[in-house]
Amino acid sequence: MPTFQLKINGVSHSVEADADTPLLWVLRDNLDLVGTKYGCGIAQCGACTVHVNGNATRSCSTPVANLQGMEITTIEGLSEYGDHPVQEAWKEIDVPQCGYCQSGQIMTASAFLENNANPSREEIRSAMHGNICRCASYNSIEKAVEVAAKKMN
Amino acid sequence: MKTSNKIKFSRRSFLQTSALASGGMLVGFNLFTACKEDVKPPVDLSLLDYNDFNAFIKISDEGKVTIFAPNPEIGQGVKTSMPMLIAEELDVAWDDVHVVQGKLDTENYSRQVAGGSGSLRHGWLPLRQTGATARQMLVNAAAAKWGVSASECKTDKGIITNANGDKLGYGEVVKEAAMLDVPEDVTLKDIKDFNIIGQDISNVDIDEIVTGKPLFGLDYKVDGMQYASVLRPPAFGQKLESFDDANARTVNGVNDVIKFGDKIAVLANSTWAAMKGKKALKASWTQDSKAENTAFHDETLIKLLDGNKFDTRRKDGDVKKAFAEADQVLERTYETPFVPHNCMEPMNFFANVTTNKIELVGPIQTPQSTAGRVARMLGRDVSEVTLEMTRMGGGFGRRLYGDFAMEAAEVSHLAKKPVKVVFSREDDMAAGIYRPAIKYRIAASIKDGKLTGYHLKEAAINGNMYGLIPNFFPAGAIENYQVDTANYKSNITTGAWRAPYTNVLASCEQSFFDEIAEAMGVDRIKLHMDLLDKVKGTTDERIQYSPERLQGVIKRVVKESNYGKEKDVHQGFAVYYCHNTHVAEVANIVMDNGVPVVKKVTVAVDCGVVVNPLGAKNQVVGGVIDGIGHSMYGELTFNDGVPQSNNYDSYQLIRMLQTPQVDVHFIENDIAPTGLGEPTLPPVGGAVANAIYKATGKRITKMPYMNNMDVEPVVG
Repeated sequence: MPTFQLKINGVSHSVEADADTPLLWVLRDNLDLVGTKYGCGIAQCGACTVHVNGNATRSCSTPVANLQGMEITTIEGLSEYGDHPVQEAWKEIDVPQCGYCQSGQIMTASAFLENNANPSREEIRSAMHGNICRCASYNSIEKAVEVAAKKMN
Repeated sequence: MKTSNKIKFSRRSFLQTSALASGGMLVGFNLFTACKEDVKPPVDLSLLDYNDFNAFIKISDEGKVTIFAPNPEIGQGVKTSMPMLIAEELDVAWDDVHVVQGKLDTENYSRQVAGGSGSLRHGWLPLRQTGATARQMLVNAAAAKWGVSASECKTDKGIITNANGDKLGYGEVVKEAAMLDVPEDVTLKDIKDFNIIGQDISNVDIDEIVTGKPLFGLDYKVDGMQYASVLRPPAFGQKLESFDDANARTVNGVNDVIKFGDKIAVLANSTWAAMKGKKALKASWTQDSKAENTAFHDETLIKLLDGNKFDTRRKDGDVKKAFAEADQVLERTYETPFVPHNCMEPMNFFANVTTNKIELVGPIQTPQSTAGRVARMLGRDVSEVTLEMTRMGGGFGRRLYGDFAMEAAEVSHLAKKPVKVVFSREDDMAAGIYRPAIKYRIAASIKDGKLTGYHLKEAAINGNMYGLIPNFFPAGAIENYQVDTANYKSNITTGAWRAPYTNVLASCEQSFFDEIAEAMGVDRIKLHMDLLDKVKGTTDERIQYSPERLQGVIKRVVKESNYGKEKDVHQGFAVYYCHNTHVAEVANIVMDNGVPVVKKVTVAVDCGVVVNPLGAKNQVVGGVIDGIGHSMYGELTFNDGVPQSNNYDSYQLIRMLQTPQVDVHFIENDIAPTGLGEPTLPPVGGAVANAIYKATGKRITKMPYMNNMDVEPVVG
């Protein structure tokens, strides 16, 4: 099996995996970073969202071979103390129900807010459209992104 | 029911206490069951035995409280709300309470099930009694120390005081309290004295969730564990004929391939390798029973409705006569499809079957029965089984069925290794236990401007309605009333799906009532209010809904939604009682190029005392949006026994841009609480259909609505 050098949450990791292995499974099975979730495997639900060079990326459909030299951030590395403004907003609004999709929601929202500091409700709704929440916590997600935007400004 | 009660326990009390060797007091108790006569909680936390008690409260020397919460968490918030009941009566500050998911199994659990919106309803008194009893023991200990009567002592947020101004923290008397007898009389708080119940309390796992800590079944792992991906028959009704695993075994990381029954498990070092290995399997299948398709289901259910082979579930008066004498008879047929559960966390389970024990870990709504089934399958004693529940990435009914745990146990048994079975999304959707396809035919008779008869026929794949459901509204309100059911036994597996049995029934009936009101030329709200008046004072014990409470939610939703008066939107109304909770809803829609867009839903809910308004609101909003999503978009069709959707590129779950704002109003009262995980879902499809009628003039009678209007179906 080939070896890949991955920089995840600021730390370099040497990972042995087949070149086609999606980042998702390297994170979860090789590195025990299980905050990134498996939902669909085909980049349709957003549960596996991480940041690659700051961009929200579906880790389930990104082969590990494409990621050498890139900066990968997972939910575990979004903030040192769980206090990123998006995480704080999620707590304030009490967004999660089952909670499973929420790390992906948070990663999508945090990348979005980096690029759009003052989003409108409609922009928030469009930005979050790719992330499914089966418990339908959408109203709370919408509100929490708005709260997070205020916190970030 | 009033909430203030003086409770007397039998001599064989339901809880016991002991002093912990490490300091502090441990209260062991059994939820919803009496405990064994002569057991004591252990003096060492590492010896906690959930055979003796199924739940524990630890009060430390510092007065900190740890509650070992017994019920599985599937997202409905009971891991937060049930401990709130204990903490309220224990009279501690919520900030001093820490909640831990108990490791729970054993035959002693009477209600170790998340489902049916019943957790809070069943826990309301026993959990409060437990907290109140522990509090009384602490007070008794302090009173003895001070040499005063316990009745002179008061508590507030974990501090005991007396009339002399003395103060003791709970932590300072735990040692003495643990030695005392369990009091037989405790007084529960009056509702006006609640400090915790009724407050917005965040989900107890929220810090872990937002930082991605391992909480879920899929996150669980142990050294040496094999990930197993299972190939199952691709079509319902098929059996495995033969297979070739040569290619699968060459996949990097694959360690073994194991056939069990008609399935084949590929065991590997990683999930990805197991999934790749499964894809490399070659298998041939034989059709053992009929390969069914959706057209066949449609035809079969219509034939059943046209026929006369029904079970009559309730019969009042004589509908035939009422229909014969009527001025007008209305009849509609409503059609609803199969839908999968689609929990975001796909089914998975860990099993480690060894010669002396069976260890099971994972997300499951029915730990007790699953442990029993695994033991029976492997010919082992249930005492050898431990089952640890993880947090669940959604349930919606799917995790009531332990099929995935059985698979894990069987594969681990054959492999002689710890194994975690992981369903891919495709596996999860294609090997489902679906909400069955159901068709209803409802007829109503009108004579002299009155609703005189109502006849509902249900035809369902594998059956649906049962028990008391035929006695829900409008039963009791119409003189001639009959509910009949028929079913076709299919090889497609079906089961409970969020708000089982009423999830589509309510939508169809509430849509039909709109037509009845229109035909009668009466206001829709007035029709309901008048019908409910007739139920008041009923002596029919099968009628469990309260006409007064239903009228209460109707009035509230009409007021809050400005029903019938809003301009520029089309409003649809629905009201329903199920899962012991009364709900009324108004959906506001606008049309956008022929596509109905739900902009807002106003909901009035009567669920008794609202234990945790924050969590309660989440449940209500979630149920409403889930109900809209599935009535607008959800459909699983079959061709030759094969599900025609297996992932989110071909199956639509509601997404952000399709969601309305949900405006929630709770009726305030002091009635014992009922659950909220389900009851807001069933009526909303009716409210939406009624709004679509107002917008388009067309009655939409087939779910999902978007696939049955002249618009492009939505995916994505």
